Amino acid sequence: MKIEDLEKKFQARIDAGQKIEPKDWMPEKYRKTHIRQISQHAHSEIVGMLPEGNWVTRTPTLRRKVGLLAKVQDEAGHGLYLYSAAETLGISRDEMFHQLHTGKAKYSSIFNYPTMTWADIGTIGWLVDGAAIINQVMLTRTSFGPYARAMVRICKEESFHQRQGFEMILTLCNGTEVQKAMAQDALNRWWWPSLMMFGPRDEESPNTEQSVKWKIKRKTNDELRQQFIDITVEQAKVAGLTIPDPDLKWNEERGHHDFGEIDWTEFWRVVKGNGPLNKERLKARNDAWNNGEWVRDAAMAHAEKQTQKEALKKAV
Amino acid sequence: MVTHGTVPNRVTHKLANKKIEIMSNQEFPIWEVFIRSKNGLEHRHVGSLHATDATMAMENARDVYTRREEGVSIWVVESKNITASNPENQGELFEPAKDKAYRHPTFYELPIELKHM
Repeated sequence: MKIEDLEKKFQARIDAGQKIEPKDWMPEKYRKTHIRQISQHAHSEIVGMLPEGNWVTRTPTLRRKVGLLAKVQDEAGHGLYLYSAAETLGISRDEMFHQLHTGKAKYSSIFNYPTMTWADIGTIGWLVDGAAIINQVMLTRTSFGPYARAMVRICKEESFHQRQGFEMILTLCNGTEVQKAMAQDALNRWWWPSLMMFGPRDEESPNTEQSVKWKIKRKTNDELRQQFIDITVEQAKVAGLTIPDPDLKWNEERGHHDFGEIDWTEFWRVVKGNGPLNKERLKARNDAWNNGEWVRDAAMAHAEKQTQKEALKKAV
Repeated sequence: MVTHGTVPNRVTHKLANKKIEIMSNQEFPIWEVFIRSKNGLEHRHVGSLHATDATMAMENARDVYTRREEGVSIWVVESKNITASNPENQGELFEPAKDKAYRHPTFYELPIELKHM
């Protein structure tokens, strides 16, 4: 069959709502786009453990510590689900790690911002996981089977992340003036980077059209961002916090909130590697990989030895 | 030969004659994980993971796939031991069943008065 015919057949399957599985024929660009997107998603989960891991030893109570530990452990698990999904497309785990460690692959820019106070941990759960959930709920219906299945599992686990974060923020908001100010300060710093998590505006996002056609994405960046803002405004009211955007107001006609201009210069600066912590995050991942090498070698050697022992036993 | 950082000499020495050069930078094999969510139900494929051997695969499966009581039993199978059908052979494999409606109960016409059959 000619490539154009295969592509037509492929698009017809997508249009009919069929899922694509790893061994099915797919356009090379569909494969490449997925490898890029799923591995970046996996890297984000793994790098995302760093800002929160920073606070595991300093939680105010044991209740918060077990919650935060479980959340960080989930992020590791989510990274593993996603790496597995990407591997079905023919890229190896080590190749993906290599791309992350050399800076060739990206991860969500939000993790290049520092977690300076305890309120930042609550705000990450509330806003960063909140934004991630909006994106991930959409992705449970994505056209590539293994990615969609990983997303279903991730979404089930992720809702606890946002709830524990928002509970932390509520606790601070119901506490002393200083504690409430800490929560407000965290919101002030995380609000705009959280909006940037949805990516550039639709007109600046050349891949969106193809991604929507292939049902990789079911909604555009701007649609998802709007959805997030509308939901979060109500949550901020419950907490009694002020969203740091003077232009934010309900637009009756649109049925959505209008909001102020995002600083896209900052967005691109952080994407290109010049955010507050890009270098530190990459170094942490590289150190973990390099310092763990002897453990990986020892584990392989141990397995080899056990196999040999077994063989010897059988021979006797 | 790769460096082993902080590994005590004794261990490095032991590893030295175990083809470590080949093993370094070599990925752990991939395993497929199947979980029985509760007794009475079948094991179901949930995903995959990397592990050096079956013992490690089992421990990793426990940590990665059953953090919230998702299972009462785990199977791990090294991926290379699974033979999968090829989507290109879909036709010859599955199409012969398409025109065999007579394998289904609804193919057989029975009177309405017959309540239970």
